[in-house]
This record gives sequence, C-alpha cells and structure tokens, in this order.
Amino acid sequence: MLTPTPFHPRTAPLCRSHAWRRWAGCVVASAYELSHEREYHAVRGAAALFDVSPLYKYRVHGRDAARFLDHVVTHDAGRLAAGRVLYTPWCDARGKVIDDGTVARLDEATFRLTSAEPNLRWLQDNAAGFEVAIEDVSAATAALALQGPNARAILQRLGDRDFEGLRYFGLTAARLGGVPVTISRTGYTGDLGYELWLAADDALPLWDALIEAGTPYGITPAGILALDVARIEAGLMLLDVDYVSAGRALIENQTSSPYELDLGWAVKLDKPAFVGRRALAAEAVRGPQWRFAGIQVEWDSFERLFAAAGLAPRVPLAAWRTSVPLYAGGEQVGYATSGVWSPLLKQYIALAHLQSRWAAVGTALEMEVTVEHRRQRAAARVVKKPFFDPERKRA
Amino acid sequence: MANAYDAIVIGGGHNGLVAAAYLARAGRRVVVLERRERVGGAAASEEVFPGFTFSVFSYVVSLLRPEIIRDLELPRHGLHVLPLESTLTPLPNGDYLAQWNDHDQNRRELARHSLRDAEAYDEFGRLMHLMSRAVKPFLGMAPPDPGSLAPRELAALGRLGRQLRGLGREQFHALHRLATMSAADYLDEWFETEALKATKSASGIIGTLAGPRSPGTAYVLLHHYMGELDGVFRAWGFAKGGNGSVSAAIAGAARAAGVEIRTQAQVANVIVGNGRATGVALASGEELRAPRVVSNADPRRTFLELVGERHLPADFVQAIRAFRFRGASAKVNLALDALPDFACLPGAGPHLRGAISISPSVDYLERAYDQAKYGEFSRRPYMDIVLPSMIDPGMAPPGKHVMSIFAQYAPYHLNGGWTDARREAFGDAVIDTLAEYAPNLKSILLHRQVVTPADIERVVGISEGNIFHGELSLQQMFFLRPVPAWAKYRTPIAGLWQCGSGTHPGGGVMGAPGRLAALEILKESR
Repeated sequence: MLTPTPFHPRTAPLCRSHAWRRWAGCVVASAYELSHEREYHAVRGAAALFDVSPLYKYRVHGRDAARFLDHVVTHDAGRLAAGRVLYTPWCDARGKVIDDGTVARLDEATFRLTSAEPNLRWLQDNAAGFEVAIEDVSAATAALALQGPNARAILQRLGDRDFEGLRYFGLTAARLGGVPVTISRTGYTGDLGYELWLAADDALPLWDALIEAGTPYGITPAGILALDVARIEAGLMLLDVDYVSAGRALIENQTSSPYELDLGWAVKLDKPAFVGRRALAAEAVRGPQWRFAGIQVEWDSFERLFAAAGLAPRVPLAAWRTSVPLYAGGEQVGYATSGVWSPLLKQYIALAHLQSRWAAVGTALEMEVTVEHRRQRAAARVVKKPFFDPERKRA
Repeated sequence: MANAYDAIVIGGGHNGLVAAAYLARAGRRVVVLERRERVGGAAASEEVFPGFTFSVFSYVVSLLRPEIIRDLELPRHGLHVLPLESTLTPLPNGDYLAQWNDHDQNRRELARHSLRDAEAYDEFGRLMHLMSRAVKPFLGMAPPDPGSLAPRELAALGRLGRQLRGLGREQFHALHRLATMSAADYLDEWFETEALKATKSASGIIGTLAGPRSPGTAYVLLHHYMGELDGVFRAWGFAKGGNGSVSAAIAGAARAAGVEIRTQAQVANVIVGNGRATGVALASGEELRAPRVVSNADPRRTFLELVGERHLPADFVQAIRAFRFRGASAKVNLALDALPDFACLPGAGPHLRGAISISPSVDYLERAYDQAKYGEFSRRPYMDIVLPSMIDPGMAPPGKHVMSIFAQYAPYHLNGGWTDARREAFGDAVIDTLAEYAPNLKSILLHRQVVTPADIERVVGISEGNIFHGELSLQQMFFLRPVPAWAKYRTPIAGLWQCGSGTHPGGGVMGAPGRLAALEILKESR
C-alpha cells in the first residue's frame, strides 16, 4: 500500500484524471484535470497549490545543531540566521552528492532539513560526538507549496500579518486562517512562491482556507506534471532523475560531485571541516570533468527534421525523464536527463550533463530526437540556467 | 565391442539431466540411469494425497543459472517460474515483520519497526548486489587449483585475482568479512530489528548444521542472494507445477537433444578396469559400457559405494570420508482444507503468496540449533513456509491448499536414530509451533507428510540427507569441493566424472555443477 498524504481527503475528489503517481512512497496527483496544462499556467499566471507532503523532513535540534549541519552539508549552515533557509547538497567522503534539499533555521537550536530520499541513518551516523537529536518528522509534517504571482496576495488575505517583508529564502511562523504554520519563501518552480509547513493534523482546515481565500485569485490545485515543467524552466534538478545518489550508485561513473551538478556555489571550502571537504577541495583545484547545463533545441533544425518526414514538429508538452544523448563534432559529449517544451518561453529546453569543455554557454551541440521511429539529431546549444527567472521571484 | 553410448550419467537429478543435455547437445550419445520410477531426484512433484501435489523435497527455484535456462531453452520445455512476492515473519507478540518486493511498501513496513533499518535495508541490498557481482564469476567457472603450477590454472587464478583487485578496497574488505563472519554478527552491524536480523540470518543456516552465530554462515547468506542478481530471469521463485516441473523441463530439453533416460535402472557399481571407468553394472545384472561415466550421486555414494575404496588412493578415500554431510533439514508437506489463518494478519491476503518464516529472533534460531548440536531435533524449529497453491492453483483442488514447510533442525545423526515415531514427533513439533501463529492449522489439516534427512537419504539417495550433497561451508567450497585437487569434476578414476551438487559451486536447484561438469568433459574429449 502507498501512503496517502494528509491532504488526500481533499485531493482525491479533485483528481478527475485519476492520474496518480508515487512520490517517496506516497500517492500524489500527476494532474488533477485531464491535462496538466492549466495547472502549469496557474504557476506562471495566478497561483498553483501543490501538495509536497511526501518530501522527507528532519528536525535537527540541540546545542550543536548548527555545528552538526555545518559538518554534514557543503553550504554555510552554521552561519544561517534564525528565520532563514538555504539550499544545499550533501556529500559522502568522496565528495559525491548523496542528496540535496533545504535547511531552515527555525530558532537558535532547531533546524528543519528536507530531502528527496531518506537520510535519517546517514545523518545519525554522522552525528556521533555532536549534542544533537535528529528526528524524522516526515509523516507528522504536512507541506504545501503555493507558487505563482498571486501567492502573496492569497497569503495576505488569510494571514494574521503582513508577508511583504518575508524575503526570498526567508522563514516565519504565522497563522493562516487560524492554523499555525511555518511559511518559507521557497519553492521548486522558480517563481514567486511559498512553502507552508504544518502539523499533519491541521492539513484539511488549511487546505480549505487556502482554497476559499485563493479562489478569487485563481488558486489551482496542481500536480507533479505541472511542477515538472516549472522546475525544468527554473533549472532545478531532481534526484534519481537528473543525478544518482552516491549512496545508491553501483559504479563510480554514476556519481556526481556538487561541481559537476553546477552547485559549486553551495560548496563553502572555507568552512573548517565537513564531510567530503578534502575531495571537494582537490576537485576545486583540478576543475570538474562534467558540468550540469541548460540546453535549448534550435527550432529551425528541429522543424526541418519533422518536415523531412512530412510532419509538423511535435514537441514534448509533458516533461520527459530519460537519458538523451548529446553530441558535438559527431562524438557523444553528454546526455540530457530532463526536457520539456516550455509553454511560456516557447522553447524546447533540457537539463544536461556535459563534459566540461562542451559546457560553456553558447556551445553548439546536437541532441538526439526521434522522428517517426528514426533517431535524428537536432541542433542545440548551451544556454544560461535558469531558463526562466522572473523578478518577482526575489522581489 | 562398440559402445552404444559416449557417456553414462548415473542419477537423473537435475544436475545429471543438465549434464546429459549439454553433452547431447554437443553430439554425444548419452544415457541417464535413474534408480527411481521418476527423474528429478530431490526436485520432484508428487501427488502424495489425492488431488494435492507436493514439491516433496526442494520447493523453490532459487539459484537456477540463467545460462542454463537460456541454453536449454527451459521455458520452451515447460518451465514457468512464478514470483514469490514477500516474506512474512509472524512474531510471538502478535505483530509481524514483512518484507515486500515493492520498495515503497517494504520501506513503509520496515519503518514501522525501525526507520534506521528501513534505510539500512537499501544499503545492505546494494552491498549484497555488489558482492554477488564479485562472486558470480566463480559460479560460472570450474574452480582453478591454487596448488597447481599448470599455465591454465595460473591464468585462471590470475583472472580471479584481477577480478578481486578490481573490486576496490571497500568491497574487498566487505567480501572478506562475509567469507569469515557469522550471519548473526554480520547482520548485527546492519540492523537493529531482531526479527529482520533473524529472518535474514536464516538464509545463512539453510541446509547446514550450523547456527546463525556459527562463523562462515555469512557466506551462505551471500550464496542465497545470488539468485536475485539476474533480475530479468526471475530465477528466484516458485516453479509452476512444483519443483518436479524444473526436472521435467530439463528432462524435456535432454530428450529433445537425444538423451535416453531410463528410470528404475539402479546402478550397482561403476565398472573399473586398469584405473579406468568403462561402464556400469545395474542391479538387474545388466551392464552398460561407455568411455565416460558421469556421477550425479554425491561424493560419498559415488566413491565409497559405486566405485569402491579398493580402486582409489588412500588419501583420497580419507578426504571423501571427511567430507561433511550432516543433513539438518526436514520437509513437512501438508494438504489443507482451507487457508491457514495467521493471528498477526488474519484472513487471506498477499502475505500468503510469499514465504512465511518462523524466525522471530536470532536467539530462537540459535536455540533450535543448540538442540541439534547435541543430537536432538528442535522442539521449536526454524521454518520456511510457502503455500504453493496460492501461487499456482493447480497444486490443489479448488479452494484447498498445499503447504510446504522446510524445517530445521532435524539432524541426521539423531540420538537413537530416526524411527517412524521420531519422525512423527518432529512433525508434531512443527505443527504445534506453527499452530501458535496460525491457530486454525490443526482443524484444516487433511494430510501430513514428514520427510526427515533419513528419508531423503533413503528415497533420493543423498548421503545423510544433506540437501546440498555436502555442507556449504567454506572448507568444502570452490577448489575444495568435494576434495582438494579434485574439484574440477574429475576423479582419480580416468573416465569417471562427477556432476552433482557435491561439486563446485554446490547445491540449491542451480544446475551449475551439471553444466560445468559437461563443459569440462567436452573440453577433454575435444
């Protein structure tokens, strides 16, 4: 049996498509409506409401909580102020990424870490010698992501106070429609948005309050298909889709360092010691062999391949999550792991691993495209990530 | 006199049939001689009670080699392996521990007992996968002789050395620890849930007179993991029709390749002249001649009974005498009027389509062993149970069921020896223990068949009823199986070969010894 999320009594009757999928052992909607299209446009045009409860969540508490997190993640968790959140990967001793997620400092001695995969055992094993308690609060904590340009206005309607001052990657405790929540200005869409963290028992009242307050603003429950389009536009990677956890990899080649995932900015080598630091310091000097980059397929080339088969171009309206070869000069130089037609940008975009020398912005590549059962290559080039980065995200 | 055959295979167990099929496919004229009225040896399905088919002895397809499935086209000859979906461990406190095939379902269940174990499970599985990959090449080769300086042996050893070195430090250390530790100690380092440790450690003691705390049992644990490596072959599961259908499929492939199979043809002895096997004499007095005789019988039976000590070097005879069997496992097969109702999970459900393991704690298993160590059977045995009729409804009349119980320990060397009364007393111990977890068991019991190691020896002919034709302990594995310097299916008698589970890589319904023996024979006679 899969686990229903705390919002399931509300999401189940809404899911007219009957399209459900697994996420971390839970069942969540792929799309509520028959197509995810309107749900996607709510992210960019109004406000989308995602049930993100399946995320793994760990409460890290104790005198050494800051020191401990500093020790396990690559980013500066120790210097994180209360009421702030940061995004970070964490690595094994070889400097290969195990998982990535957010660290929120709830108060001086309490943090919340989110992750894509279970990490309790790894965290506890690395906590030896620290005065810190790590608790898996995944099931006890429900989570919603309210994402889109109207997200703030909806919270304002419902909140007991003003959220104008809540900056990007800021965090605050509040009441929404009377329900105690922690609100972080974070998300997985690259848009103006918030994530709401609450006790699982309060899930339904909050959902109802949000829908009621949000309806005039176009609030739209949205599923994973819409989220997948938005996160690719935002250039955000997904564990098990875009990279393999070092804890799961069966061969060395399957692992990636933070530098190879374009997360070098979140590696703070000036920290005294953290797991993987020695290997990462060496790699920082050497330079990574691989890069994680944005790819844009050239429309004219793409269209020509279809035209040659007597067809109009057919773009992927739902994101794909397969490995697609990328070529330069006839040689395979990398592979894309996620791709989609961006309905907003009107571009075919993808996230890709590239050998470093082919990863510079502007590099001309070719991407494999299957046209009428035949594998072809369309011209593509490396572009800057994120593909879509509206000012309102930070403003 | 011209020989009618190129090779005579003594014994129609699955390995004998595999060897015969490979030889015949290479153009050899082969006859298989089986003492019983049916082939299959310990892989047999029999209608013991009207309408109810039992896999009397071996009961799951565990390690059947994918290359054999492929080469002999066993699915075309009727092999259909059905998946076993889960393992349920009922607990004395009314709770249970289940292990499911589905990752999410499994994690959720394990997390109910320990969140740490739920995570460790994946890491453990990953390491076992890597270790199985490391060991797998050994299964597919005739073991090289480390005492030999022959170029071929040195080259093979070199390949293995490179393979081991290629593992890297972390994996090599893990392999060394697996090869030396007890299953219980090894699992202690991974898990904290008692029932999980116990149930996993049980794969380290199956078929062996050893407890989960006996050194060396961690390796047997790995041995059982190997069947899961070639996932697409689904080589781990339940054969439709019972394990007799594995034998039937192999026999079908053998016949299709031209093998002649004679049942009720008991071999009295191997005919040896001038240090060379030239044929066999049947109990009927008939003699068959062939330049090669291949024995599927276990090493003790082959050399001490069928060949005779006088034809063999003294040190070899000593080594064969020292080869340990000590059968420890029994089967209890039940015909049931209805489904058993487990107190921990009442009613029918998916948990009845998998294995049910009576292994609540490591102490429980070790205590069961303690009794066997001193020549008694376990009053509260370890059990591995399946309900074949839940997986293949054809095994029993509609609505009725068969239950296969593998039970340990029932030591071959029982104080006072096995009698009908002792056999039934052990059967009672099994039923009484199981009824504590499935209270309706006695009321649905239609028929009971108890098979002790003494019965296995009597019926199938395996010495001391050891299901692996000799313990799978490290001192009798690989280039030491069955005897150092004679691990490549050859024997001190020219023309006499071995192909049973008493040779590398050992037992389980694997077929590998039969295949490797045939390949060695073909190499020699090319």
